[in-house]
Amino acid sequence: MTAILEMQGITKTFPGVKALSNVNLSVREGEIHAICGENGAGKSTLMKVLSGVYPHGSYDGEILYDGKPARFRDIRDSEQAGIVIIHQELALVPLLSVAENLFLGNEVATGGVINWPLAYQKTETLLKKVGLTEAPTTKVEKLGVGKQQLVEIAKALAKNVRLLILDEPTAALQENDSQKLLDLMLELKGQGVTQIIISHKLNEIRRVADRVTVIRDGSTVSTLDRSEITEDRIIRDMVGRDMAHRYPDRTPRIGEVLMEVRNWSVMHPDQPRQVIRDVSMTVRKGEIVGIAGLMGSGRTEFAMSLFGRSYGRDIRGEVSLAGGTPDLSTVSKAIDAGLAYVTEDRKALGLILDEPILRNISLANLEGVAKGAVLSRGREQQVAEKYRKAMNIRTPSVFQRVVNLSGGNQQKVVLSKWLFTDPKVLILDEPTRGIDVGAKFEIYNIMNELAAQGHGVVMISSEMPELLGMCDRIYVMNEGRIAGELTREQASQERIMALILQDGMKGEAA
Amino acid sequence: MSTAETNKPATTGIGAHLGSHLRENGMMLALVAIVLFFFVIVRATQGVDFLSAQNITNLFLQNSYVIIMALGMLLVIVAGHIDLSVGSVAAFTGAVASVLMVRMGLPVLVVIPIVLVVGGLIGAAQGYWIAYWRIPSFIVTLAGMLVFRGLTLWLLGGQNIGPFERSFQALSTGFIPDLFGPDKPNFTALILVAVAAAAIVWTGVRARAREAEFGITPEPAGFFWARNAVVVVALLFVGWKLASFRGLPNVLLVMSVLIVLYAFFTESTTTGRRIYALGGNEKAAKLSGIKTERLVFFTFVNMGVLASLAGMIVTARLNSATPKAGVGFELDVIAAVFIGGASMSGGVGRIIGVVVGALIMGVMNNGMSIMGIGIDYQQVIKGLVLLAAVIFDVYNKNKQG
Repeated sequence: MTAILEMQGITKTFPGVKALSNVNLSVREGEIHAICGENGAGKSTLMKVLSGVYPHGSYDGEILYDGKPARFRDIRDSEQAGIVIIHQELALVPLLSVAENLFLGNEVATGGVINWPLAYQKTETLLKKVGLTEAPTTKVEKLGVGKQQLVEIAKALAKNVRLLILDEPTAALQENDSQKLLDLMLELKGQGVTQIIISHKLNEIRRVADRVTVIRDGSTVSTLDRSEITEDRIIRDMVGRDMAHRYPDRTPRIGEVLMEVRNWSVMHPDQPRQVIRDVSMTVRKGEIVGIAGLMGSGRTEFAMSLFGRSYGRDIRGEVSLAGGTPDLSTVSKAIDAGLAYVTEDRKALGLILDEPILRNISLANLEGVAKGAVLSRGREQQVAEKYRKAMNIRTPSVFQRVVNLSGGNQQKVVLSKWLFTDPKVLILDEPTRGIDVGAKFEIYNIMNELAAQGHGVVMISSEMPELLGMCDRIYVMNEGRIAGELTREQASQERIMALILQDGMKGEAA
Repeated sequence: MSTAETNKPATTGIGAHLGSHLRENGMMLALVAIVLFFFVIVRATQGVDFLSAQNITNLFLQNSYVIIMALGMLLVIVAGHIDLSVGSVAAFTGAVASVLMVRMGLPVLVVIPIVLVVGGLIGAAQGYWIAYWRIPSFIVTLAGMLVFRGLTLWLLGGQNIGPFERSFQALSTGFIPDLFGPDKPNFTALILVAVAAAAIVWTGVRARAREAEFGITPEPAGFFWARNAVVVVALLFVGWKLASFRGLPNVLLVMSVLIVLYAFFTESTTTGRRIYALGGNEKAAKLSGIKTERLVFFTFVNMGVLASLAGMIVTARLNSATPKAGVGFELDVIAAVFIGGASMSGGVGRIIGVVVGALIMGVMNNGMSIMGIGIDYQQVIKGLVLLAAVIFDVYNKNKQG
């Protein structure tokens, strides 16, 4: 097999920072090539160099495409050569139809007049290729994230793609959508489309990739053939050290019941249907309790309805917390009662990105850095410094705006914010989403420490290995119900899936 | 994965400090430059002293209401909203005041609080829909702009109501009496200004000491003293000029007290901080226990009160309530806030910036009028200044990445 792409000695410098240093990447025609690396390792920068976002001349090194030197000035240039990149954040216009999105900027038109019949016909052909049966006139906003991802790929196919780059394509997808996407990747490979996939999910890489290139700190560490791909090897190369245990050891010391929820029911905020039905659960002191379930199973809705009724209406049920019956009717009351909720979407719901670290940390407990109504800047800074050290937030100063931090460090800021409210029970919704392996390990350590201090920790996660590795007990949710409860010893991926499937059948029978 | 996460070097030194405070220092310098520009040009072309005691007094009398409303508008804009109704509300509350005083003969000290309450109720009526029904503030206050202009016409019956008794006029055109007798210069004015200057330096020094105590890298000492020297000299100069004319205008005192109060409120209180958080990311603020609806409601009530205060000042200055009062005020006020560095998307902006922004607009109005530049060119120039200030902001932000 010949190489379709050779990137040789790529070096890219930003003011004060060397983002890439002498990176080599060789992709063979017709293969699926995975790129692995921690956040900040330089993967996205490398792809931006390749696709012309950083034009020729702004980096050192040589790109050979089809054996010829390529000098892309912008994205249009690289797309004309058949290189299409699909970013993590989808670039679709929600209010336009599928057909309009597919040919956006590239319309099926003569002299500026769009030929709709032909456009729809072409759209149908393209949609069929990616396994979608939606009408070309469907608005993109009506599609789920999984299908939108497929539309993005169809859009790439419309541009006669030869080298398709997918940047963390499954990050926002649930399990079965991810599987469909990976199947499609293999099918496209069969049709001769070369693909590069950037992913954090090692099991996916093992499934689809022919070769893997690992990048660390802006340099190529290794390129592995299919036979050499093991999770341990990739992790070792990514982090630069052996990680014998992906989940830190911990000896749980579990005490009395800290929080008990009984018969919690919630209606959808604006549709007449029940989202949460009769959910009951307990959390003990020093315990890490997991909530498993597919996306849409009601995990997030349950947590948010509990946390100051931030979701839904007609909320019914009882809660006892630390022996009392707390008033959870507003977020500030829930915080006062000792509840904290770390959202799954930290950028949109957890942080004020343009504000500095210290202001984000004090946000949920401004009283803690004030005398009466008057803020003490010094106290605020001391608190931030304390958490910077305790959480190992990597930043030159607590005055750094959080938008400039990596995902892992942002998550540590969110955790600091909630710890500063002195909670009894912390609910963590997808706490390690979009975070690299090294930072994940740190977050796990923090969780273990919290449990050891006697907090109750609830962990909602879509990654089953993570739940199995971290939790003392796991509740499995499906369609707004508790489908079952498993102890650490009983729990396995198979049993969790079995509980979900059995519950689904019950639901259909009823 | 962003490249920005690779740590930026900690900034130190004068250059870095200037860079990080480029906006505010730049605005101050621009104000000084504009004043000097008019000083030179007006003297050369008209043979008039731009910085005469009378003109400085005029500058404050003409711009006090814009600055007062801009304080409230900053809160509204920081919270992520806008209020287009302030001009109409000022006119309406001015009309209410005139009706209460002239037609109903109520004493001034009763009328002022009543009108402030009316302003607050108007703000509440608009804020209710914006905060609790989530109707865009642009639309609610656009409606308010029409409604209250109409109500002003109705209340006044299309006529002017006036004149007022001296005590009400004093709200705008009065001066603080000199406790040391009528001799020039006015010692009360001089003492008050000197005290204000000393207070500014003292709070600055104290803040520096506290920063040092907590290990915050302070502003370079030379720079700190240079900036304070400029501020003190400017203050004393203005104070001296005012003292040699009629003393401190009452409005100047009211305005200064409000500026200090609002600067303290926005920067040093929990409620002030929460308004910034709300504008920065409403959902995150809400999930952090901040009562976002109540805060939005509050910013509009506050805006209504300040608009009514400005309305009374304008009415007192004209010595009559007129149906045309306050037309276009909202634009001056909003422009002042954006020139002062606030962001359209909320969460950003400082009181000091807004005051400087309003003064820049005011000085330009005044200077161009003295030079005899037609109202047509004046509008064009003011528009371009607003645009330039915002472009400067955006350019700076992009450069920071």
